[in-house]
Amino acid sequence: MASSIRVRAIANGDTTEVQTLIQHPMDSGFIKDDKGQFIPAHFIQELTFEHNGKPVFVADWGTAVSKDPYVKFAFKGAAKGDDLKVSWIDNKGGSDSATFKIA
Amino acid sequence: MRRLSKTLLGIFWLLASVAGAERSAFAASSEADFKQAYAAADAAEKEAGRLRNRWLPTEAALANARKAAEKNDFDQAIAAAREAEVLAKASIFQATSEKDAWKNLEIRP
Amino acid sequence: MARIGRAGSRLGVRSLSMPLAVLLLAITQAAVAGNVDPAAEARAFRDYFFKKFPNVKADDFANGPYALNEDMRRQWEEKEQFPPYEFSLEAGKEMFAKPFANGKHYADCFPDQGIGIRQNYPQFDAASGKVVTLELALNECRTANGEKAISYTGEDMAALTAYMAFTSRGKPFDVKLPDDARAREAYENGKRYFYTRRGQLNFSCATCHVQNPGERLRAEVLAPALGILNAMPIYRSDWGGMGTISRRFITCNSQVRSVPLEPQSEEYRDLEYFLSYVSNGLPISGPGSRP
Repeated sequence: MASSIRVRAIANGDTTEVQTLIQHPMDSGFIKDDKGQFIPAHFIQELTFEHNGKPVFVADWGTAVSKDPYVKFAFKGAAKGDDLKVSWIDNKGGSDSATFKIA
Repeated sequence: MRRLSKTLLGIFWLLASVAGAERSAFAASSEADFKQAYAAADAAEKEAGRLRNRWLPTEAALANARKAAEKNDFDQAIAAAREAEVLAKASIFQATSEKDAWKNLEIRP
Repeated sequence: MARIGRAGSRLGVRSLSMPLAVLLLAITQAAVAGNVDPAAEARAFRDYFFKKFPNVKADDFANGPYALNEDMRRQWEEKEQFPPYEFSLEAGKEMFAKPFANGKHYADCFPDQGIGIRQNYPQFDAASGKVVTLELALNECRTANGEKAISYTGEDMAALTAYMAFTSRGKPFDVKLPDDARAREAYENGKRYFYTRRGQLNFSCATCHVQNPGERLRAEVLAPALGILNAMPIYRSDWGGMGTISRRFITCNSQVRSVPLEPQSEEYRDLEYFLSYVSNGLPISGPGSRP
């Protein structure tokens, strides 16, 4: 099964620009299904990007973030070829992580 | 005095039972009225369906009519059925007039 | 030169004598009724939009509202680096490759193994006398191989058509209108459906997509009808997922408060036929993403 995390990280001099697409239902808990039952809340609570073991971007998410979230940010201090680790934990105890090379 | 009160009581009882009978007679005719109104609306909606041009609010009004009738609120049910009939007839008019009117929007060489 | 409106108003008959005017009118009406050439109509359709939006490149009409709104375009181009339809596209590729219970594949039902052929649909099938859309062809492939048909409005059909569209990206629409009265009638039916007002809101497809492309309808920017199917299926943010042409036709009907028809009903297939035919020459841009 493919990872839920897609990353494109490009170093431009000292600044690295990161784009991520994460596959996750991000159910808010307020939507009902076809049978009128509430679909239980199921959402990423913490998303962490690490470079050289140090967090460079940490997000605390709630139900307001939509399905299949997309994140874009930039940070300094990395170089082409470095590793970028992305991991998330959701409210049901689910998690995923993957490591990518900065291009 | 007692005889008067008995008579008055009797008259009130008579009036009440007559009124009650009249009320139930009205209720019975309301259900018949509803069935008639719903049948008319349903027939119009079926015609709209044949023309492949039903409207969502018509379906909603018919559903409201059925729901109200189930609760024996025939005044409400008849009102909803009448609304449905008006909407259904409007959708029939739309389908019929659009048979030619669509050309007004056509892009032609 | 593309024109819209009643046939009579195009003729400057006031200056002519009565009998001559009547004769001219009769000739024109006959021409309009019997002998209009779909190819000429398609040209007129395209010219109408080219004239309305002279700064838009022809191929760009395949990008719908993004061709008409700079701000939306910028956001879309950024999203395209990491498109939201990626997951559905991958799922579609896997689904397409997975064999049926009898060992056969979708590829066996289509020319060229089903790769790079989306631009040829819809097709008029002479044997059955009806328009076959890609969605219909996929389900016919399933049932012919002992599988149950899948929902035309569901995620799986969206994923499959997304993959097939992706393999045809950049190829121009090439929908054929054969010399067959039934095909011609299907085209005319689709055209008529497109221009007919419906629903309590009394809108036709043309009301929004011919008369008001580029304008806002609540928070949305309306797409031009030219090229409107080129990006299908689409990941629609409003849906939080991928949706087929069938799904979009149905929701458009609901939006004007018209009771939708059944997915892949004759009207919808003929409508898709008409809309695809008039967009011949414009590139497939699907799968797409929309707000």
